[in-house]
Amino acid sequence: MAADLSGIVIAPPTFGEKVAGIYRKLKRLPVIPVFLLSLVVIAGLFAPVLAPHDPEKGDLRERNIPPAWSSGESEPKTVVERMSINDRATSVTLSDAKKVNPDAQIGDQIDIYTRPAGSTKFLLGTDHLGRDVLSRVIYGARISLLVSIVTLAVGGSIGVTMGLMAGWYGGAMDEFLMRLVDIKLAIPLILIALVLVITLGQSLWIIVTVLCLFIWPRFARQVRGEVLQLKHMDYVSLAKVSGASTARILFIHIFPGTINTLIVVATLQVGIVILLESTLSFLGAGVPPPTPAWGSMVSDGRDKLAGGVWWISTFPGLAIMITVMSLNLFGDWLRDTLDPRLRQLE
Amino acid sequence: MTTIESSQETFEQGQVLLEAKNLKKYFPVTKGLLISKVTGHIKAVDDISFELRAGETLGIVGESGCGKSTTAKMMLMLEEPTEGSILFKGDDVHHGGAGVRKSYRSSVQAVFQDPWSSLNPRMRVKDIIAEPMVINWNITKAEQQSRVLKLLNDVGLNEYHSNLFPHEFSGGQRQRLAIARALALNPSVIVLDEPVSALDVSIRAQIMNLLKDLQAEYKVAYMLIAHDLATVRYMCTWVAVMYLGQVVELSPVQELYNNPSHPYTKALMSAALPSHPDTEQEEIILQGEVPSPLNPPPGCYFHPRCPDAMDRCSVERPEVKEIAEGHTLNCHLF
Amino acid sequence: MVTTDTRIDTEVVLSVEDLRTHFTTRWGTVKAVDGISFDLRKGETLGIVGESGCGKSVTMLSLMRLIPVPPGQIVSGKIVLDGEDIVPISEQEMAEIRGSKIALIIQDPMTSLNPVFSIGNQVEEAIEIHQDIPKQSIMDRALEVLRKVNIPAAETRVKDYPHQMSGGMRQRVVGAIGISCQPQVLIADEPTTSLDVTIQAQYLKLLKDIQKDSDLSIIFITHDFGIVAKMCDRVAVMYAGRIVEHGSVRDIFNNPSHPYTEALLASVPRMDRVVDRLFSIEGQPPPLHDLPVGCAFADRCPVVMDKCRESYPEIKAVSDGHTAACWKVE
Repeated sequence: MAADLSGIVIAPPTFGEKVAGIYRKLKRLPVIPVFLLSLVVIAGLFAPVLAPHDPEKGDLRERNIPPAWSSGESEPKTVVERMSINDRATSVTLSDAKKVNPDAQIGDQIDIYTRPAGSTKFLLGTDHLGRDVLSRVIYGARISLLVSIVTLAVGGSIGVTMGLMAGWYGGAMDEFLMRLVDIKLAIPLILIALVLVITLGQSLWIIVTVLCLFIWPRFARQVRGEVLQLKHMDYVSLAKVSGASTARILFIHIFPGTINTLIVVATLQVGIVILLESTLSFLGAGVPPPTPAWGSMVSDGRDKLAGGVWWISTFPGLAIMITVMSLNLFGDWLRDTLDPRLRQLE
Repeated sequence: MTTIESSQETFEQGQVLLEAKNLKKYFPVTKGLLISKVTGHIKAVDDISFELRAGETLGIVGESGCGKSTTAKMMLMLEEPTEGSILFKGDDVHHGGAGVRKSYRSSVQAVFQDPWSSLNPRMRVKDIIAEPMVINWNITKAEQQSRVLKLLNDVGLNEYHSNLFPHEFSGGQRQRLAIARALALNPSVIVLDEPVSALDVSIRAQIMNLLKDLQAEYKVAYMLIAHDLATVRYMCTWVAVMYLGQVVELSPVQELYNNPSHPYTKALMSAALPSHPDTEQEEIILQGEVPSPLNPPPGCYFHPRCPDAMDRCSVERPEVKEIAEGHTLNCHLF
Repeated sequence: MVTTDTRIDTEVVLSVEDLRTHFTTRWGTVKAVDGISFDLRKGETLGIVGESGCGKSVTMLSLMRLIPVPPGQIVSGKIVLDGEDIVPISEQEMAEIRGSKIALIIQDPMTSLNPVFSIGNQVEEAIEIHQDIPKQSIMDRALEVLRKVNIPAAETRVKDYPHQMSGGMRQRVVGAIGISCQPQVLIADEPTTSLDVTIQAQYLKLLKDIQKDSDLSIIFITHDFGIVAKMCDRVAVMYAGRIVEHGSVRDIFNNPSHPYTEALLASVPRMDRVVDRLFSIEGQPPPLHDLPVGCAFADRCPVVMDKCRESYPEIKAVSDGHTAACWKVE
C-alpha cells in the first residue's frame, strides 16, 4: 500500500528543478554503451576518412597477416632436396629455404615462419585476400548503419500505420492486421530470404525488404497497444466533440502519445536488425561481396579458424556483439527513463 | 459561420434548443467464438425523452449504470442512438445532412469528469483551447490567440498560463482549462459530465460558481450529468431522474425537491447524505441492488425494490403522467 | 438520529499525542502529519475530515504503522492503543496487533481483495492469523461474520470470488474481514466513495448496526461533511498536516470556529434548501514541502490578520471539548 502523496507536489517545477531532473536522468545514462555506440556511428559516417586502406582491394602477397601485436610463429625444419609427402611437416625444400636464408644447405636446420609477424601497416591483420580487416570492420559499420536506418524507416512506418489502423478502427480491421502479424510469425523469413537470393540474385534491397518484413509486426503490436489505451482518453472524445477529423485525431492526439514507446522499440529493434543482417550475410544471402558486411566477414573467416587464422572472423564478430549489446543496454535505459510509471519511483 | 460574432444565432432564453425524442441505445451481447450470435441486448438507454431550453440547465441524476453517461454520449454524437432522434433547433441531428451535423458539432461542447484525462498532455494550453477554433472557424492565428487569452481570463486564469503544459496545473485549474476550451466556439449547449466530482471539496464550489457565472455571460445551456442531488439542486433548472435506462421523474428543480413523487426519487433523496447532523430524514433503505439492464424485470423496472409496489407494477409498464406543471413521472401510484 | 455528543464517561481506547510523520523527498521534508493529538473513546465514531493532501491518509497509515520507510518516518509522538504505545514496538509485534486490535477498511474494495481466492478463504485467513482455533471453528466464525455484514445466502456465497460480486457486496466482505477478529478500533478510509448513494446508505447503516452490537470505536477518514453529519460523534478537521478544529459534531456544524471549517461547510451545496451562491474558498492548499511560517490557511483565509503570517496559532478551547487553532479564537 502506498501512501497517498497526492497533493504534495502542487507547485510546478521551477527551471532549476527541471535542470536537476534532466541531470538525474543523465546520471544513470549507461556511459560505456553510449560511448561504444558513438564509435560505431562515427565509424559508419566517416569510414572513408578513418579507414587506413581500401576495404575491397588487397594484395594476395599480404594475405593472412595477423594483427599488429602478433609476433608470428616459426618452426625449425630440415632442408631437403626433394620432399616426400610424409616429411611435409618437418622439412623444407632447398629453393624455399633459400628465400629465407640464401646460405642454406641441404641437411641444415632452419627456422621457417609458418605465419608472418603482424605489422603496424595492418593493425587488425589482413584476410585471405590480403584486405585490411580494420578497414573492412569500419566500412562494415557503414553498411550496418545504412541497413538499420532504411529498415527502420520503411518497416517502422509500415508497422506504425498498421498499428494505428488496427488500434483505432478495431473490429474486422484489427482482426485482419493482427492475423497478418501472426502469419509473419509463422513464416521462416530466413528461408524466404535464401530463396529470394537464389532466384533474384544477391542485393542490398532484397535484404532490406526481408528485414522490413521481419520488424514491422513488433512496431504494429506496440503501437496498437498504445492506441487502444489512448483512444479512451477523454481528450480524444473531446476532439471528436469539437469535430476533429479522424486523421487529425490520429496524428495530433494519438500518434504523439506513442512516440516514447516507438523510440524504445526502435532502439531494441536496431540490435535485432543488425544481428539478422549479419546472419543473412553469413549465410551468403546478405550484402553482395566485395562490400564489407560484418556477417559476411565472419563467414569468410569461418573455414580459416581451424588453421589458426582467428582474426578474420573475430573482429567483425566482436563488432556485432558490442553494437547489439550496447543497443540493448541503451534501449533498456531509454525505456526506464521514458516510462512514466517508472518515473514515479525515482 | 466563420467568425466569432456570427457563430451563434440568438436564441431566446427558455426556447427549446435541444430535444431528445424516444431515445434508445441497446448494446448487443454476443456469444460464440467463430460465428457470434446476438443473444440479447443491454438496454443502456430505454426510451427517454426530454427537452433542453436555451440558457437553462437540465440535470440528469441517477446511480451508476442508469444510462446517464450513455445519454450524454448520444447527445455528444459519440454514440449513435439505436432508435429515436435528437432535434437541435428543430433539425434531426443523427439523420440530418452533413450541414446539420457540422453546425451541431460546433454548438454542443463538453466538459468531462476527469481533468487528468481530458487535456492532451503533449499540447500547450493555448493549442488545447484553440483546437475547436482551428477545426471549425476560418480565423487567423492572431485572432485565435487573442480569443484564447480572453477565455483564460474568463475562467480565472492568467495569460502566462497559455504557454504551459497541462501537467503544470492542479486538478481545479485543469478543469478551468477544460471549461475554457468548451467555451471556445461560443456553443449554445455544454454537456457537463460530473464536472466537479473528481475535485477536492474546497475546489468544487469554485468550479460550480464559475460555471454559473459563465452561463450568464455566455448564455449557454448546460446538460449536467451528476449523481449528487445537492449539486443538482444548486446548478439546475430542470431535473430528470434516471433508473435502469429510463427517466422515472422529470420536473423543474424546485418542484422536484419540494414534492418528490416517484418512490425511487424519494429513496434517492433519503439516501443522500444530510447537510447537518440534526437533519430529519425519512429512512428509506432500498433493498437489493439495481437489476441487470440485460434482463430488466417486467412491468415497472423499479418494482422489485419499490417499497410501494402493487400487483399491477410487476405486469404493466407505467405511462408518463403529468402531476403538476412540467412535473411528469412514470408510476402507477399516480 | 440520536447520538451522544461526548462520551467523557467511557474509557479511551486510542490516544494519539503530538504525532508527526514526515517524508523525505527530493523537494525537501514533507510534513504530511505535523503534531496532531486526539483521543478515541470506546464505542465512539471520530471523523477526520480534510481535502486530499491534508494528511488524513498519512494519519491512517501511521495508526496502522503502514508508513513506507523510507521515505516516510514517524519522527515523534505517541500512539497509545489499549494502554500500549505502538510507535516503538517491532514490526512483528505490530503485525499481531493489526487486525486483532486495530483494523482497516480502505476505499477500493477491488484492490483490497485478492482476486484468486474465494471470499470465504480470505475471511478465514484473516481469522487464522490471529486466533489459534480449530479449522471448523474458523469456518463457522467466517460464516458468522459474513452473515453479520448482511451477505445474503452467506453459506453459498463463501465460495464466490471477488469478481462475482457487486461493488457493494465486495465492500461488505472487506468490512467482514475488518471486524473478523473483533478489533477495538476500526479505521474506515472513505469506504463508500466508490459506491452508489443507495448502496452507500445500506453500508453506512450496516456499520452503525455493527458498532452498536460490539461497542466498536470507528475512525472515519473522509472528505465529505455529509458522512460526518450522518455517522460521527466527534470531528477533527485537518488542513496541511495539522488538526485545525476539533469538537463534537454539533459544535462543528453549529459553531464552526476555524475560518477553514466555516468556509468548507458553506461551500458544500445543500439538498434541503435553496442556496443562491456557494461560498467559495479561492486558491489551493499550500504544498506540504514548503509550508508558510504562520498559519497554513492564511493565504486563503477571508479574515486573515498580520499575526497569522507570523506564527502558527496555538490550539485554544472554544468551549468544553471544542478546540480550534486560530488567532481569532479568544
